[in-house]
Amino acid sequence: MVASPQHEFETQDLLINVGPQHPSTHGVFRMVLTIDGEVVKDVVPYIGYLHRGAEKLCETMDFRQGIGFMDRTEYLAAHNAELSYVMAVEALAGLEVPDRAQWIRTILCELNRLSSHFMFLGAFGIDVGVFGTPFIYAWREREAIIDLFEEISGDRMMYAYFRPGGLAWDVPLNFKERVREVLKSTRQGIKDFDELLTQNEIFRARTEGIGYISAEDAIDWGMSGPSIRASGVALDVRRDEPYLKYADLDFDVITGENGDVFDRYYCRLMEMHESVKIIEQCLARLEPGLIVPDKMPRMLRAAPGEVYIRTEAPRGEYGIYMVSKGGNRPYRLKVRSACLSNLQALKQMSVDQYVADAIIVLGSIDIVLSEVDR
Amino acid sequence: MKGIAKSLMVTLSTFTRKPVTRDYPNYHRPLPERDRAFPLLLWDKEVDEPFCTGCHACERACPVECMTVLMKDNPNHKSNGGDSSRRKIIDKFWIDYARCMRCNICVEVCNFDAIAMNNTWQGHETSVHDRKDLVMDLQQLLAQSHGGAIKEWVPTLGQANE
Repeated sequence: MVASPQHEFETQDLLINVGPQHPSTHGVFRMVLTIDGEVVKDVVPYIGYLHRGAEKLCETMDFRQGIGFMDRTEYLAAHNAELSYVMAVEALAGLEVPDRAQWIRTILCELNRLSSHFMFLGAFGIDVGVFGTPFIYAWREREAIIDLFEEISGDRMMYAYFRPGGLAWDVPLNFKERVREVLKSTRQGIKDFDELLTQNEIFRARTEGIGYISAEDAIDWGMSGPSIRASGVALDVRRDEPYLKYADLDFDVITGENGDVFDRYYCRLMEMHESVKIIEQCLARLEPGLIVPDKMPRMLRAAPGEVYIRTEAPRGEYGIYMVSKGGNRPYRLKVRSACLSNLQALKQMSVDQYVADAIIVLGSIDIVLSEVDR
Repeated sequence: MKGIAKSLMVTLSTFTRKPVTRDYPNYHRPLPERDRAFPLLLWDKEVDEPFCTGCHACERACPVECMTVLMKDNPNHKSNGGDSSRRKIIDKFWIDYARCMRCNICVEVCNFDAIAMNNTWQGHETSVHDRKDLVMDLQQLLAQSHGGAIKEWVPTLGQANE
């Protein structure tokens, strides 16, 4: 029997609850999907399950103590999170960071971008349905980078290595060789992923054309990072407002064309090539020298005022807004999280997609829930 | 079809690679010397007492307030006929490993180099059945250094490095 407009079946929308503890939500994130058959009609995201009040906690602590909490807001790219924080403190306290410290910071931030993107590639593979293979391969490459971080800072994820003024301590003697060694395996890893996923017809059929968001909408939602670059907006804080040593470095801002899930994946993969390029340039120009300023004050005190520092973290613009009324602790601290803004576009991206694709759309934003909730 | 074949070649090529995983509980990979597990106290072998004088510097600087320090007069001080130059010495010391976030700040603020981050596997493998057991007392904190199991790492600041 063919359903004609007069004899339509009576259908009813169905509510599906995904999360908060669901393997594909990348943390404790809950979304309630309204579905009509297989098609998503509405998405209501619920966040806040991982809220720890990191910003408020930091207001009760001095500048050095706050670094550890910044690590925990963005645990997949802790170097980048620390960087924004210490740069805000440096701006308020008027500290000049020595060249060597800046080069090392640049290298570590880019390495952290690589490790974070590897994590994305692996997790995204699982979302798409290639369980195991890409995840474990990504883990293998990420492990090499994290081992290097452990040799430098002593910890694998919560580094607490950047300090207002420079670094906590110097890098090991074999730093350059070790980074080159890691880059070698990283380059092979990126190539593997290119062949494993990008050129795979099944993967492309699964990801192309879904989760579309236009450049205008992406700007309206305040997206940033690879997620907005995939829509064709060349927005990169590293190039637009160079910090650290990025002004002296030669790299391209990768943009996509279609703004779909595949482009968001591909932008990240291509960005990794750029990161490798940046690190190689940094290594060539890294020279011996000081890692903290000559006249480092024993007690760090910030001048009254306010500052907003933004940096390009792997997931987008990670900003720190800090108000100081003098003294050794921030009066007010606000973290501008890239993931929170990117996540707002989830509804627009996943409405009128299939249920199975809604998970891929969520995965393609590459959220870290502890950064969303802080 | 060509792409899928290529993807399969990638998975196939990993068969020939050396495995990167390790048989963990049976094999412990060597840790880098600056590895940070939990903080512990160091033992001054020359005068046979802890370095720590109980000055509360680490307790005040700890962001998560996981330490409790009590000091006492040193019975081994020169004025009492002993051979130590420490007038005060640590009496009781607790660190709650369950609270500690391994930020290294206590090591940095210590004026006597009395505290260090554990860089051995023993510091990482601290599984217990009860959270209470993660509150370490003075004896437990000193045990590894007293037994000579800790090789302390001293950070270098701003030294011309290569």
